[in-house]
Amino acid sequence: MTDKDLIEGYADRLPPSVLKAIQEVLPSKATKKQVEHVMEEALAAYTAAKIHPGECVGLVSAESIGEPGTQMTLNTFHFAGVAEMNVTTGLPRLIEILDARKEIKTPMMEIYLKSPHNTLEHVRTFAARIKEMVFDEFVTEFALSIFEQVLRITFNAEMLKAHQLTAEELVKVIRLRTKGFTVQVKESEALFKPKESGEHIKELYNIKEKIRKVVVQGVKGLRQVLPVKRGEEYIVLTSGTNLKEVLEMKEVDPVRTFSNDLYETQAVLGIEAARQAMINEVSKVIDAQGLNINIRHIMLVADTMCVSGALRGVTRYGVVSEKASVLARASFETPIKHLTNAALAGEVDNLTSVVENVMINQPVPLGTGLPGLVVKMK
Amino acid sequence: MITMDRPVHKKIVRMDFGLFSPKQIAALAVAKVVTPELYDQEGYPVDGGLMDLRLGVIDPGLRCKTCGQKLKECPGHFGYIELARPVIHINFVRPVFDLLKSTCKYCSRVLIPEEKAKRYLALLNKVSEEEGFEARRRKVKALVTKFKVKDKCPHCQEKQEKIRLEKPYSFYESDVRLSPIEARARLEKVADDDVQLFGFASSFRPEWMIMTVLPIPPVTIRPSITLESGERSEDDLTHKLGDIVRINQRLFENINAGAPEVIIEDLWDLLQYHVTTFFNNEVSQLPPARHRGGQILKTLSSRIKSKDGRIRYNLAGKRTDFSARTVISPDPFISLNEVGVPFAIAMNLTVPERVTEWNKAYLRAFVERGPHLYPGANYVIKPDGRRKTITAETKDEILAELETGFIVERHLIDGDTALFNRQPSLHRMSMMCHRVKVLPARTFRLNPAVCNPYNADFDGDEMNFHLPQTEEARAEAEVLMLVETQLISPRYGLSVVGCIHDGITGNYLLTKELILQRPEAIDLLYTCGVRDFSRLPHKEKLDGREVFSVLLPADFNFSGTDRSGSEVRIKNGVLTSGVMDKANLGQESGLMLRNIYETYGPAHAAELLGKISKLGIAVLSRRGFSIGVSDMDLPAETKAEIQRIIAEAEKETLSLIDRYHEGKLESLPGRTLAETLELRIIEVLNKTRNKSGDVAMKQVRDSAATVMARCGSRGNVLNIAQMTAIVGQQALRGKRIEQGFRGRTLSYFKRGDLSATARGFIKNNFKSGLRPHEYFFGAMTGRDALMDTALRTPKSGYLYRRLSNAMQDLKVDYDGSVRDASGKIVQFAYGEDHLDVSRTKNGELDVKKIVEQME
Repeated sequence: MTDKDLIEGYADRLPPSVLKAIQEVLPSKATKKQVEHVMEEALAAYTAAKIHPGECVGLVSAESIGEPGTQMTLNTFHFAGVAEMNVTTGLPRLIEILDARKEIKTPMMEIYLKSPHNTLEHVRTFAARIKEMVFDEFVTEFALSIFEQVLRITFNAEMLKAHQLTAEELVKVIRLRTKGFTVQVKESEALFKPKESGEHIKELYNIKEKIRKVVVQGVKGLRQVLPVKRGEEYIVLTSGTNLKEVLEMKEVDPVRTFSNDLYETQAVLGIEAARQAMINEVSKVIDAQGLNINIRHIMLVADTMCVSGALRGVTRYGVVSEKASVLARASFETPIKHLTNAALAGEVDNLTSVVENVMINQPVPLGTGLPGLVVKMK
Repeated sequence: MITMDRPVHKKIVRMDFGLFSPKQIAALAVAKVVTPELYDQEGYPVDGGLMDLRLGVIDPGLRCKTCGQKLKECPGHFGYIELARPVIHINFVRPVFDLLKSTCKYCSRVLIPEEKAKRYLALLNKVSEEEGFEARRRKVKALVTKFKVKDKCPHCQEKQEKIRLEKPYSFYESDVRLSPIEARARLEKVADDDVQLFGFASSFRPEWMIMTVLPIPPVTIRPSITLESGERSEDDLTHKLGDIVRINQRLFENINAGAPEVIIEDLWDLLQYHVTTFFNNEVSQLPPARHRGGQILKTLSSRIKSKDGRIRYNLAGKRTDFSARTVISPDPFISLNEVGVPFAIAMNLTVPERVTEWNKAYLRAFVERGPHLYPGANYVIKPDGRRKTITAETKDEILAELETGFIVERHLIDGDTALFNRQPSLHRMSMMCHRVKVLPARTFRLNPAVCNPYNADFDGDEMNFHLPQTEEARAEAEVLMLVETQLISPRYGLSVVGCIHDGITGNYLLTKELILQRPEAIDLLYTCGVRDFSRLPHKEKLDGREVFSVLLPADFNFSGTDRSGSEVRIKNGVLTSGVMDKANLGQESGLMLRNIYETYGPAHAAELLGKISKLGIAVLSRRGFSIGVSDMDLPAETKAEIQRIIAEAEKETLSLIDRYHEGKLESLPGRTLAETLELRIIEVLNKTRNKSGDVAMKQVRDSAATVMARCGSRGNVLNIAQMTAIVGQQALRGKRIEQGFRGRTLSYFKRGDLSATARGFIKNNFKSGLRPHEYFFGAMTGRDALMDTALRTPKSGYLYRRLSNAMQDLKVDYDGSVRDASGKIVQFAYGEDHLDVSRTKNGELDVKKIVEQME
């Protein structure tokens, strides 16, 4: 029996992380007896370090995240290289994540590419390709002529060339939105004329406003792209996200690519992915602040927010509203609402959680309050 | 505690929520209130008034007419009034509206076909079974919107009219007002099965939401206060109830007298208003009811709501007896586990101790000394539960009858168990158990090493002290909360206490450079509590390390590094190489202490920490250690050197600016030209600061300040550089200072000046003093930091409150899973591996150590 077998024989009693750590540090020359000894010692140490039943882990985790919150900076922005590529960090980002906000302040993605595509050259062209380009960016001038009743658009020839587009192609993209008008395209100019004669200036103006924001090229939502070196390879950082479309691209490495938008992650990859994304995002904030919070606490928060199968923020509408106890909900926020609703629905409070028992002066069902204890007083 | 021999045990198992029917309200009531008068001429409560004696007593000496009990015994009893006309309860306007809208005007059935109703009901039950109450509520909300789309009843085919809610509480059906009577009549006809479709309990009738009788809360919840003048001042609720009763009476009279409908309508509306404001005086569409002085009445809703309402202030927040609070001050000579308590407090707080055959003489001595002689006793509790105060007069009597079974409440003495707390209590180490040490003077004393977990300092901080009164409480406090059991933070699995300040500096100097005479060494060790000097080598001249090693356990082995990265090795309890500094003694990092904790247990670690701290302090007080302005002196050449570096940097910035203006500056990728310039300047200036700091540090190498910075006890190299050489660039939001006046930071500069000086570069040091504009720039960043803290505190406080509220019920079950209060599993294994962070090293099991110790 090799050391490895011996170690794996403990798989049912020790967690994989410990087994792996032992394998790593165990010297190869160790005798069987020594290995056995180590394993027994490890098991003893593990048993001693196990969490006790009744431990109020939830509160400990809340404290562990809440306490260092006072030490975090409020400074929202932190430069990631280029102007407009800011990332929310610190307390505001932490609050954003734990609230499970639908609209986050600075959505961003890190796009990893598969092996042949992750060189600087490839990454650059890829980045240019996925960057959201709207019609407006190719235009030097919109000229609305009241007298002639036409809209003349002058294109930026350099931009067109840089993106390997022609004026015709551009107009084709917006053609659907310009019904009722004829178009003439010359080299770097397009002329919109109403099909019928008469006053059409307002419609022309509306068209102009409408087509300005039409996405001509790239992936919708990716407002900024930035190729960055990460270790040996190059990746693309984006401001704005579109996980679904990016993951469908064939050169993208779908395993490592991620978005910092939790709702998007949940919608595209599911709740388990959202949970993991949340853990990663919170860890990132905490590491950036130079704080030390054990991952277990972050995992527990993420788990409470995700148990119901959908993301729920730590707010009165989210996690707290899911509580079974009326009094526990009422003691948080909007007590009147909770009490009236409870009365209408005829709810029953079984007094199984902490606050209710505090309210009625009974031992709390946690820790030493959990087991019954009989003491003879005399 | 009063009746120990016959314990009464009551437990509240569940709490039901629901609505009272009018019948129940009347049945529950002990009195019907018919008159708005409160007292008769003699000041005696009127029968049938709001202060009726049947509703409870609030006057000492009187007895409750319902239960016969006295003040503080009688819990109070409800009364009721019969409303002349029904009024709608403001909190139920929404559900009433929903019901009216979605039921037929004629047949009162829900406006959906039979089979659909059945399907919805089944769906609701399924949802509530599978996902719980909240999901059911959401579903109901979604369903209710579906009910009211029909304009024709599917049951009786009658055409429906549109019902509109005029806030706050009037209903209109095609512009005709729907009176509460009519509304109530409709609700009465709604079938029980249909009611459930709205998510209402089956035991509940919707018409109860429109009240015909109003319960009168007992007087005990609205006590009147007697002012100094002897005048009575009634509670806000009583005022409001008085209004209701008065209007109600008038309405009755007018109806009976056959008054015109307009007058009745007006009075009815007024009654509705009063009843509404009785429940909630903050309805947005209504003017709040006021006192005569214009002060807004505090009625039922506002009593319950918010931070200082009943729920959060009185129910979830408790007050305690046997507590004390005073200023704290440090005392490095008491143990980590101890707290110094002033005599004044020790003689006021008491510990109950039961007289038994074995401690009778011992407790008698306390009683004999009485309340004014320490350690004495303040009270005696007789076996029948009566408490007697010990005074000079009663002392002899008490001593004569003191017997087994009595409880003596004696003064605090050394070794008693107490809890100690500093707000804000952000983590569990904010409240720890200490052993009492009674000391003179008027402050609480604590070992400076425990400042960190409490986040305390001594600039006037106050702390709270609680004295557990039962054996169970004391046992729990000692086992779970004693300081030494809390050394390892549950947040990151490293120690939260360690040597601080002089404790580190002293040991650093001792282990680094001191050579001591044997008597000196013995003196030092004696001061920190060593009595056995057998492990001190038999030499006349002793190395500091040898002295330090005496404190360590004889079989202790350790290897690690110090802050400078050189090796620290302890072999068989002897420090053979390396110095002791923050990396080994301090908190968080304190690795050597951490290893002692693991190997020898918490008690030993706490004791050793105390000894090491004392040793450090003793070393410093004998060697002498002081810091002064002269520590920051630099020789003239160095000063000139620094000036030269600064001048060079300024020249470089100017050339950068020139190149920028000439357009010769090349922009960095993705940056504008102006941004590039800023970045380049910041780079140059930071380099200058570092360079001049380095130059200065070469000269101040052996000052006290450097020693402290090097061993990590206080301050860092940057602080010293700022004092001796140059303060450096002031940054606001990651940029140089830019705003202020138009185009310039201060009117002292020219417009558009981008030079270092004009944008917050401070080229003086703190010793030489700052120029006015430099001082101003420094104040700007200082203010910004202050603002940041002020804005952050409430934000993070709220986040913490939400987190703890959301997660406080999670606990580890006996099977190792994490569950919430209702038994729902949140994690199958806590942290995926069942490990308790506070029992690990930085969150991991220390396998390496086990392998190293393998034979």
